[in-house]
Amino acid sequence: MLSRTAAHLYWIGRNMERAEFACRLTEATLRLESLAHAQTDQAWRSALSVVGAAAAFDSANENFSAAAARRYLILSDENPCSIRSCLAAARDNGRAARTALTVETWEAINRAWLIIRDRASPGGAQATLNLVEEIKAEIRGFEGALGRMLRSEGCWFMQLGAAIERGDNTARLLDVKYYLLLPPGQEIGGKLDRDQWTTLLHIVSARTAFRHLYRDALKPWLVADFLIFRDEMPRSLAASADETVSLLSAFAGRSGRQGPADRLARQRLARIQDLDIVTVFQSGLHEWLNRYIGENAALDRAIAQQFRFG
Amino acid sequence: MAAQFDELWGTSRGKRTRPGFEPLASWLSETAPGELNRRQQAAEAAFRSLGITFAVYGDDEAAERIIPFDIIPRIFAAHEWENLSAGLEQRVRAINAFIDDVYGERHILDDGVIPADIVLGNPQYCIPCAGAQPPHGVYAHICGIDLVRTGPDEFLVLEDNARTPSGVSYMLENREAMLRLCPELFDTFAVRPVDSYPEMLRDMLYSVAPSPGRDVTCVLLTPGHHNSAFYEHSFLADNMGIELVEGSDLEVDDDFVWMRTIDGRKRVDVIYRRIDDAFLDPLVFNPGSVLGAPGLMAAYMAGNVTLVNAPGTGIADDKAIYSYMPEIVRYYTGEDARLPNVETWRCREPKALGHVLDNLEQLVVKLVDGSGGYGMLVGPTASKAEIEGFRAALRAEPQRYIAQPTLALSTVPTFTDKGVAPRHVDFRPFVLTGAEGVTIAPGGLTRVALRKGSLVVNSSQGGGTKDSFVLAPDGEAADGGAADD
Repeated sequence: MLSRTAAHLYWIGRNMERAEFACRLTEATLRLESLAHAQTDQAWRSALSVVGAAAAFDSANENFSAAAARRYLILSDENPCSIRSCLAAARDNGRAARTALTVETWEAINRAWLIIRDRASPGGAQATLNLVEEIKAEIRGFEGALGRMLRSEGCWFMQLGAAIERGDNTARLLDVKYYLLLPPGQEIGGKLDRDQWTTLLHIVSARTAFRHLYRDALKPWLVADFLIFRDEMPRSLAASADETVSLLSAFAGRSGRQGPADRLARQRLARIQDLDIVTVFQSGLHEWLNRYIGENAALDRAIAQQFRFG
Repeated sequence: MAAQFDELWGTSRGKRTRPGFEPLASWLSETAPGELNRRQQAAEAAFRSLGITFAVYGDDEAAERIIPFDIIPRIFAAHEWENLSAGLEQRVRAINAFIDDVYGERHILDDGVIPADIVLGNPQYCIPCAGAQPPHGVYAHICGIDLVRTGPDEFLVLEDNARTPSGVSYMLENREAMLRLCPELFDTFAVRPVDSYPEMLRDMLYSVAPSPGRDVTCVLLTPGHHNSAFYEHSFLADNMGIELVEGSDLEVDDDFVWMRTIDGRKRVDVIYRRIDDAFLDPLVFNPGSVLGAPGLMAAYMAGNVTLVNAPGTGIADDKAIYSYMPEIVRYYTGEDARLPNVETWRCREPKALGHVLDNLEQLVVKLVDGSGGYGMLVGPTASKAEIEGFRAALRAEPQRYIAQPTLALSTVPTFTDKGVAPRHVDFRPFVLTGAEGVTIAPGGLTRVALRKGSLVVNSSQGGGTKDSFVLAPDGEAADGGAADD
């Protein structure tokens, strides 16, 4: 496979995953906003922080408003992480790597893009929910189509991109909740705090899964344990680290060669497996998550180099 | 203008179909207009969802459009196709012989058949290609010969596209659409299949590899996914099972061409390139080009890579050279051209220029190096200002123009807003030349001018396409084999 094609596929995976995450984030923030005691602006501001777009939003907008933030998160062409930007980038990569895609995968990407292409505004709360629901359905279709592709490099690169992106998203989500969200003066474990943790589980669509695994009330350290260490949970850091290792091994199995990305990915997985939530909290969750995000980015670069698209 | 020939009814006022075409007329009259409309819509939706689009240069609004597809097929009877094929093969053999000659021994110039300055002084004459020796002497491996029809047996060559002709993916996709939307037509007519085209193309590409001993690698070189014909590039690469590469994927090392892959670099033997000569190699042609690969021409001239089509073939589809094609065909084949040219005035000749300037209102004027319907005057439908503009341009640089009469192009029934009505068509068959000789896919691209009375069929100018049925000879199954069911 051409190195350029590999890069396109990898970025399809990353962008589709990022678009889906932005959809979930939008949904959960709308839900949080609708709760009686919620602070609407605060909810949207934190959503922007999760995708690392808060500073860019502030420099592009004089005043903060929930409607502007929502638009920025969903439609803005200036925001490279907006749902529309992600889908545009995925489709652009898809066009360039069209021959490496099946008709099904390509059509799912193209249809997701067509849904949002001509939208001038996200509309009211209900219209926005409908919009992200429609897009999520196409993205599920994309994931389904991936599952039906030939088990070979083409499919693996997209899945690898998705796994790297998923780890990044989950780490950011957890970090923003833990470090930024609770306004000063609010009680930890209070009503707002609990709503925020619930929202967070909504974003990763795992509220029932959490209850199922822990049979306990929402406690911050349990949610952190859930999102970091539980590999039953597909969006946990452990699961995405594990998936990255398996995918890279699949490449190595085909080519008979391993490289720096394989080593980095294995080391990362081993470190997560040796660790527990108590140790992480003692050393500082925020610091630990930031280090994780940095390592994830280093792994991303190592992958690009190993497959000669860096 | 002479009476129009309609391919179904004979004339525009015909009451009975031409012999053999009755089933199409009955299909048209028996299928409810609502049903035709529904199928027409379904075709459009299918094309959009597949992403079969093309970009129109200079049109930001519709950066990606689909080419309108008309579901009423255009049909060639077996004997018509047989005659056409013979003419096409003859013409393409002559084209290849001509190109090989002008970059080699130049006999045709020595013999005075065609003025030397019109070849050697032509902007399309590729000086760095002189002395090239492509495998089997083939330069124009793929030709898209544009034909128009003015009567039952009157087919004329309008243009010889010998550089990088496009449109073949529409031949294939249009057929797929027809098989899905109008399957009953294929019960009625013994239509010869076109779906083996990618295989024919692939066989041809492998047959012209420089050193047939090795395990040959062919690639398709595209300018990238923002190019208007990218859909076709990816479609063909995909269907041939070869890599679709961009210039940045290639590197030339010691006159060999390599592509960068996830497992290291891999040597490339044959490049089906869909970028123009000017962009192939910044060291030889346009120095600003990033679409090609530096050193590609040196690798080609060293005989280490085959370029399809070879650089320099533009000399054969230049419109000034076109006017000499009857002489060129006779010179290399010893026969009269089976497919005549459209009468052409070379404006470089003072007498012809005078005639053209006196009759601008009746003529079609074209740039000798133009294509795609750009830089063209259609006298009968042009405004006074457009005509005066061309008059000035002709006086200033007459050598850049040719003129042709406005032809009464044949019409084919077409689905329009106001029901089925005749619309003008042209036809582009695809002629392949490899080590084993010439092969022609039994079909092609029929382009149709969707506006009433319009003669401009280019997709960039609002034209549409139709499927082109080529019928099997009587008593033969369409695929040439036994019909089992």
